[in-house]
Amino acid sequence: MKPAAFDHVAPETLDQALALLVRHGDDAKILAGGQSLVPVLALRLASPSWLIDLNRIASLSGIRRLESGELAIGALTRQRMVERSDVVALANPLLAAAMPWIAHVQIRNRGTIGGSLAHADPAAELPAICVACDAILVAQSQRGRREIAAAEFFKGMFETVLAADELLVEIRFPGWPVGRAHGFLEVARRHGDFAICGIAATVDRNDGGSICDSRIVAFGVNDAPVRLAAAERALIGNRGTSDAILAAASAASTGLSPRSDHHASSEYRLELAQVLTRRALIQSMRQALHNKSN
Amino acid sequence: MIESRDIELTVNGEARRGRCEPRMTLVDFLRETLSLTGTHIGCEHGVCGACTVLLDGESVRACLMFAVQADGANVTTVEGLAPPGEMNDLQRAFQAFHALQCGFCTPGILTTVTALLRENPNPTEDQVRHAISGNICRCTGYQPIVQAILDCARSRARVIATDGGRAK
Repeated sequence: MKPAAFDHVAPETLDQALALLVRHGDDAKILAGGQSLVPVLALRLASPSWLIDLNRIASLSGIRRLESGELAIGALTRQRMVERSDVVALANPLLAAAMPWIAHVQIRNRGTIGGSLAHADPAAELPAICVACDAILVAQSQRGRREIAAAEFFKGMFETVLAADELLVEIRFPGWPVGRAHGFLEVARRHGDFAICGIAATVDRNDGGSICDSRIVAFGVNDAPVRLAAAERALIGNRGTSDAILAAASAASTGLSPRSDHHASSEYRLELAQVLTRRALIQSMRQALHNKSN
Repeated sequence: MIESRDIELTVNGEARRGRCEPRMTLVDFLRETLSLTGTHIGCEHGVCGACTVLLDGESVRACLMFAVQADGANVTTVEGLAPPGEMNDLQRAFQAFHALQCGFCTPGILTTVTALLRENPNPTEDQVRHAISGNICRCTGYQPIVQAILDCARSRARVIATDGGRAK
């Protein structure tokens, strides 16, 4: 189908975009990469009067390593640019590992990191990565700038804490500690489809080799990415043996309440959360051993 | 009434201009306004890959962007892969390996693979399958498509090896 008629405006500066957002309010949708928005328009699930197109705002795109060790990525940065970036590969290997799982190359060539986060699809990879990494999402409006912890940002299905006049402008990932291991896996009917369930994991160990911190985040199961706290707890203080991994995996479905839909039943998603947690932790521990031997 | 816009872009190396409503997708603009009907429209919501074109060298779905967004851009469609009436080596490989039956998906796959081989001239079979995972073909079962792409890449490598030897 063809989208309903709308008017298009492409500001060249962030200030202009923020002013347009105030002026048009609920009559406008923000167009970044368009890879989720344009299908929504084509299917006429939305019919805004205005599209505020961010693609001419050069300052919203780019990848920088800050002196603090943080990785800062402009919201309009194409997913493909993140995927190809040597800076990202060094500064956040989990993010780098997740990128090829996002849809298909044609989508990643247009799709932006900020667009995916603001869209907040429960089955999308990037929200889960941000939660697993304790990323900071920077929002701006005419009222000012605020930093939002990823864990606070996602409210539910396609829902974030962004106010109507706010734009997501930058994503900052904390520095990646030496020796941190990670795992990333998802199951979809076909590669590139939205995940039925996915797991992003990080594992930190102290000098003695005991696990001192871990993040295990599931996506595609609840309405927003969710930390599997019981599974994380099961790992702390031990050395990541197969017994510990199995204990963490069996705790992985605690607190999850997946929906049943035409892709998979709730029970199947719970089973996947356990299996993928186990596999993601095995990936992580293999990598930890590899890191150590280098 | 929403006003139409004039846009200017380069398509297959030629400067083109046209008028479009903001809601007109790039693929409709190419087909309806510029009469370049080589690019096909399948699902019209970003799933099938039939409408893939190269935008500033990168493969993109032309149904998922608006023509007004391509103002000033450089677009290559399947018509731009070889001079009119001719086929390039990739297209000849598709013919030789029977990598198409109805041909509806072919323009999107050819443009996708053009970008792939530019970035990765010597892909593995697995990389080829990944690269075309966003293009749906309902006829071939993909087997001959993958073979054609691998054969084209091998032939190009041989040509480079031969030329390289002569140049020395």
